[in-house]
Amino acid sequence: MYSLADFYFHATAALPEIVLTVFGMIILLFGLVREDKSTPQVTLMTVSAFAVTALVIAAMPSEPFKGFMGSFIYDPFAQFMKLLVLMGGAACLAMTLSYNTQEKINRFEFPVLALFSTVGMMFIISANDLMLAYVGLELMSLPLYVLVSIRRDFLRSSEAGIKYFVLGALASGMILYGISLIYGFSGTINFTRLSETLALQDGVSITLSFGLIMLICGVAFKLSAVPFHMWTPDVYEGAPTSVTAFLAIAPKTAVFALLARILFDGFGDMTAQWQDVIWIIAAASMIVGAFAAIPQTSIKRLLAYSTIGHMGYALVGMTAASFDGVRSMIVYMALYMVMNIGVFAIVLMLRQNDRQTTDIDNLSGLGKTHPVVALMMTVLMFSMAGIPPLAGFFGKLFVFQAAVSAELYGLAVLGVLTSVVAAYYYLRIIKIMYFEEPIHVLDKPTRDLEVISGIATIFVVAFILFPQSLVNAAQAAATALVTI
Amino acid sequence: MIVEAIVFYMFSTILLLSGIMVISARNPVHSVLFLILGFFNAAGLFVLLGAEFLAMILVIVYVGAVAVLFLFVVMMLNVDMSRMRDNLKKNMTVAAVVGFVLLGELVWIFSNWHFSEDAELNVQTPFSAEDAMDNTRALGEVMYTDYMLFFQMAGLVLLVAMIGAITLTLRHRPGVKRQKINEQVNRQVKDVLRVEQVESGSGIV
Repeated sequence: MYSLADFYFHATAALPEIVLTVFGMIILLFGLVREDKSTPQVTLMTVSAFAVTALVIAAMPSEPFKGFMGSFIYDPFAQFMKLLVLMGGAACLAMTLSYNTQEKINRFEFPVLALFSTVGMMFIISANDLMLAYVGLELMSLPLYVLVSIRRDFLRSSEAGIKYFVLGALASGMILYGISLIYGFSGTINFTRLSETLALQDGVSITLSFGLIMLICGVAFKLSAVPFHMWTPDVYEGAPTSVTAFLAIAPKTAVFALLARILFDGFGDMTAQWQDVIWIIAAASMIVGAFAAIPQTSIKRLLAYSTIGHMGYALVGMTAASFDGVRSMIVYMALYMVMNIGVFAIVLMLRQNDRQTTDIDNLSGLGKTHPVVALMMTVLMFSMAGIPPLAGFFGKLFVFQAAVSAELYGLAVLGVLTSVVAAYYYLRIIKIMYFEEPIHVLDKPTRDLEVISGIATIFVVAFILFPQSLVNAAQAAATALVTI
Repeated sequence: MIVEAIVFYMFSTILLLSGIMVISARNPVHSVLFLILGFFNAAGLFVLLGAEFLAMILVIVYVGAVAVLFLFVVMMLNVDMSRMRDNLKKNMTVAAVVGFVLLGELVWIFSNWHFSEDAELNVQTPFSAEDAMDNTRALGEVMYTDYMLFFQMAGLVLLVAMIGAITLTLRHRPGVKRQKINEQVNRQVKDVLRVEQVESGSGIV
C-alpha cells in the first residue's frame, strides 16, 4: 500500500497517457457544447493533442521505469511504439477531415472515440501485466466497434460493427480464459514475476502452455492473423473508409508491441513452446494474404488481405525469437504504417459523382486522368510488393535476414514465395491504372489527401538514403525488450 | 464439515439444473427466471468459499441489473425463440464437435494440473492484508491505492461505452414537439392573445 506522494511518483510513468486522456475530456466537452458543426475544429484539436503527447513522450527520459506495482512499464520500446501509434493515429485523423464531411459522418464523437482508442493502445504498449493488457485491449477495441458502425443508417456498416463486436467479444473471452489458466498455474499475472517463476520451473506445464496458446489466439484475432482473420475483409469493407484506415494502421502496431512484450518479457523461457505456434500463424497469414487477395474486386477487401499478409511478414520477425527478429519486426511495422497511410489516403480520394467508389475497375485510366495520384499509387504498390529500392523491400529484407539467422529457412523461403504471389495483385492495380482505358472519370481529389499521400510516397522513395536512422531507433527499442 | 458438504452439493446441483433449464426452457421469460436462480446459487457457492464480497456483487449486479435488463429485452422485443432454436439445430453438429473437443482438452488439462513452486508466494504478494480482515475491507484497501490505475481505466472504458451508445442511438429529429418548461412559464398574455374590435357585418382578416 502506498501514499498519495507515491502515487504521483508512479503516475509520472504514465504521464503521456494522462495528458492524452485529459485532452480527450476537454475535447469531448468542447464538442458537446459546439455540437457537430465543430467537427473540423475537434479533429484538429485531437491531432494537436496527439502532437503534444508525442512531445511529452520525446521529452521523457529513456531509462526503464516501472510504476503501479510493476504493472506499467515505461522503456525505450514503449517510447518508440507509442510515437509510432500517435503518428499513425494523427495521420489517419487528418485524413478523415474532408472524407467524413463528404460522407456526412462528420460527428464530433468520431475524433474523440479515436483518441480514447489511442489511449488504450498506449496502455497496452506499456502493459507489464496481463490485467493492464486486457483492460487496455478493451479500451482500444470498444471505440473501434462504435466507429465501424458509425454510419448507422447503412446496413453494411452496422453489419460490420455487429460482426466485429461479437467476434471481438469471443477473442476477449479467449484472452481471459488464457489469463485465468496462467494465473491458476503461476499465481501471478505480472510479466516480471512470471518470467522469474518460469525460470525456476523444470519441465513444461500443460496448463501454462494451454493458457499461453489461448492468449496468443486472442491476440492474433486483434492482429487479424490467420486463422483468426475471417472478420477482416467484411469489417474493412463495411466500415467507412476513414475508419478502415484507422483500423489498419494504429491498433496493429500496438497489439504487436503487446505480443512482443508477452512473448519476450513474460514467456521468454518458453520460447520453444510459442515459436511453433507463431510459425504456423505467420506462415498461414502469408499464404492466405497472398492467394485470397487475387480474386478481390474491391480495393478495400484487397487491402484487408494485404494487411493479413503483412501481419504474417512481421510475425516472421517474431518467430525468429531473437534480437534481430524484434528489431526487424519494429522496422517492418513502422514501414507498414507509412505505406498504408499513403495507400489509404489515395483510396479516400477515389470518388465518383461525389460518392466513394471502391471498385478496382474504376481505377482504370487513372494514369491519364490523374497522373500524380496514379504515380503515387504506383510507387506505394511497388513498395508494398517489396520491390527494391523502395522502403517495403528493406522491411521484408530485414525480416527474412532475421529468419535466416535464426535458421528458419522454411519460413524465409515461404515468405519470399508468397511475396512473389502477392506482387501479382499489387502489379495488377498498376496495370489497370496505366494500360486500360478510363471507364469513369473520378472526381478531383482534395488537396489535404494529396499532401498526406505525397509525404508517405516521398518517405517510401527516400528511405534508401537513410535506412540506418530507423534501424538505429528500432535497435534502441529492441534492446529494451530483448537482452542480447 | 458434513453440513458444508451438503450445502455445497445442494447449491451446485441447483446451479447446474437451472443452467440446463436456461437453455432448454420453452418460454424465454422462464429462461431468465432460471438464470436468476442460477445466480443466487452461484452466490451461495461464493459464500461457502469465504468470498462474501463476490457473492454480494453477483446478486446486486447480475440479479439486480443484468437479469432485469434481460427480462425487459425478452418481454419488449418479442424474440422469436422457436426460430432461434431452429437455427441452433442447424449448427448443432459443428457446435457439439467443438464443444466435446474443448471439453476433452479441459479434462486433460485439469487432470494434469499442478501449481508452480512459486505460486503460493506469488499469490500472497498483492495483498498486505492483516489477519482476520474480511475480504470486502481487504479489497477496499487495495482498490483505490495499489489498483488505482485499473480503477481509473475501467472508468474510461465505461465513459467510452456511454459515448458509443449515445453516438449510435441518439437521433435529432426535426419537427418533434417537446415540452419547454422555460418558454411555457414565461408565456405572456400579450404574446398570444389579441383583442379585436369587430365591426358588425365584416369578418376578421
